[in-house]
Amino acid sequence: MSSAAHTLPTVSTLQSAPTVSTELLQVMAPDGSVVDAAFIATIPEADLIRLYEAMLAQRVYDDRMIKMQRQGRLGFYLACTGEEACSYGPAYALEARDWFYPAYREPGIALWRGMPFQAWVDNMVGNCDDPAKGRQMPVHWTARAQNIVSISSPVGTQIPQCTGSAYAAKLMGHDAVSICFFGEGTSSEGDFHVGLNFAGVWKSPAIFFCRNNGYAISTPFEKTTAAAHIVLRAHGYGIRGVLVDGNDVLAVIKAVRDAADWARAGNGPTLIEAKTYRIAAHSTSDDPSSYRSREEEALWAELCPLKRLRAYLETKGLWDETKEQACVDTSSARIIAALTIAESKPHPALDTVFDDVFAERPAHLDAQLNAMTAHVASGESDYRAG
Amino acid sequence: MATMNIIQAVNNALHLAMAADDNVVVLGEDVGKFGGVFRATVGLQAAFGEDRVIDTPLAESGIIGAAIGMALYGVTAVAEIQFSDFIFPAYDQIVNELAKFRYRSGGEYPCPVVIRTPVGGGIRGGHYHSQSPESLFVHHAGLVVVAPSNPYDAKGLLLSALESPDPVMVLEPKRVYRGPDHGKNWGSHPKGQVPEGHYTVPIGKAAIARELTGDGTAVTILTYGAMVHTCEKAAALAQQEGIDVELVDLRSLMPYDLEAIVASAKKTGRVVVANEAPRMCGYAAEITSLVMEHCFDWLEAPVTRVTGYDTPFPYTLEFAYLPDAGRVLTALRTVATYG
Repeated sequence: MSSAAHTLPTVSTLQSAPTVSTELLQVMAPDGSVVDAAFIATIPEADLIRLYEAMLAQRVYDDRMIKMQRQGRLGFYLACTGEEACSYGPAYALEARDWFYPAYREPGIALWRGMPFQAWVDNMVGNCDDPAKGRQMPVHWTARAQNIVSISSPVGTQIPQCTGSAYAAKLMGHDAVSICFFGEGTSSEGDFHVGLNFAGVWKSPAIFFCRNNGYAISTPFEKTTAAAHIVLRAHGYGIRGVLVDGNDVLAVIKAVRDAADWARAGNGPTLIEAKTYRIAAHSTSDDPSSYRSREEEALWAELCPLKRLRAYLETKGLWDETKEQACVDTSSARIIAALTIAESKPHPALDTVFDDVFAERPAHLDAQLNAMTAHVASGESDYRAG
Repeated sequence: MATMNIIQAVNNALHLAMAADDNVVVLGEDVGKFGGVFRATVGLQAAFGEDRVIDTPLAESGIIGAAIGMALYGVTAVAEIQFSDFIFPAYDQIVNELAKFRYRSGGEYPCPVVIRTPVGGGIRGGHYHSQSPESLFVHHAGLVVVAPSNPYDAKGLLLSALESPDPVMVLEPKRVYRGPDHGKNWGSHPKGQVPEGHYTVPIGKAAIARELTGDGTAVTILTYGAMVHTCEKAAALAQQEGIDVELVDLRSLMPYDLEAIVASAKKTGRVVVANEAPRMCGYAAEITSLVMEHCFDWLEAPVTRVTGYDTPFPYTLEFAYLPDAGRVLTALRTVATYG
């Protein structure tokens, strides 16, 4: 004879969990037709134009940087082609006081939030004016004045850090949220689990933005997880989860705004999964033709975030081919000029190797700096000042 | 002045720091309601609340990762790692992130997290409660690492760590937490007398734990942490054999006090370096090398190491494994009678 299960005592005082939605949030369909007119009405038309111009300019910058790398003038580059909406959208959605932890495919965060353009380009070259003082590879910029945290190559480490910053802001009584970015590949790292779990327990005002672009270098989504969506994991952490069309910049803005409102109201974190596609190669060291089909790439190229917004703007009479060409020309001239300036600047000075290891240079590093300086001056060093 | 053991001195320092600054936070496993498995954080949550004394989920990379985020934002986070043997899930966050933030951001993002963690054996804890991992942290540029040996220094160095603009790891010698010699309390030890108010012990400065008497063959011992007490015992025995020991307690492993190391080595010309950790690439190896590079012409004997063995840390045989006063004494005799 069977009987109903007995209720067990619980040590948890928590009530119902926040919702996790796997319904794809969309404001605009891929052809530019309107899905959520009410939301579009909240964004001024001038801002829609600015967003489009910025994303178009980004595509021009990315194309130029890749060409520069192919010419041997840039050590390395990571383009965000096809994923522009996932950095320009969140940058637009949040406030100056909010904190950003980008991975390495979110240039829109730097440029939309006002990191000086020349400084961003100086970082690509690693010259004396690079804010990171030539200490990191290209695309590992830092922008303290814009509350953007320095970028780490092994993505995932920034997830628990974001949890901590968000908690600190709450503790200090600041109305600031922290947002971090990572790909679906990173969701396999322990730091993903740890960061989201801590944030759930602490109700940190954090936003975890997963750019699901289909590939972790060559590893496809189905080899990353057996689950249909990354966002399903929000259930397990008792936090809010949202699935969004990552190629719909307005939907991304809505998802991030909602998450920020939720966090600012004291409800804790949100995991956002943005479905997108890495039209670009992983980096200039990658060749996607060995692991994905041209057909698949063509399919996603049609879903490109720029095409969608452009189609909408053209329907409204806010954009045309003349404006398109003018924006491409201006952006191209801008990046070429900045790169020319960046290339003309000297390397950082030798002592920058030893500075910032600690707040003050300790004696053993003074001695090592002297040794390096003497060796370079001897002419027997492999290093040639640039 | 009050008589304190190391636990009480650490607890006292944390109370002072948290009372003085609302932006100091303590986080770790069992640190709140329970007060820590070694009781170092007892009373803090009652005094400063659950928001500032946080019982975290069991994930060291989360403890350190979150502490990093707090520090970047402007909160002074004091993270406790329950045993240093448990620190390795956080190794990436410590050596690749915490240690590098100031550097990789061109100085834009200092990250002054304080990590407290008990180290060393002799507590019947087996491999996972006994290791001495200091060389794995001094090796990675960007971390300040201190290793107090007594209550006075434990409090003074922790308060210095809290005021440091750099990340600091405080390696606490758990074997001597409550007394310097197998249960003997700190009451009769001069460093067990601790001012109740605020004071600091400077980072980067060694201390002379035992001075030369002028009677016998002079030998320097360079050591730190719980080994200071093992070496004091050896020095007392050696004195009866005509060996006169200057015992240098390094206190700070990164940055280190090269001046004090060199001064003592040149004074005696005979040097023993002792650490509890395994021999291979242990901290003693680096100190031995420094003495050779800076004092070669003054040396009367090869610099000699006393260390743990190159094995995992054993349980039943831990007191055969650990460097004891007898092994230090043997090294002192070898160095004192060389040549």
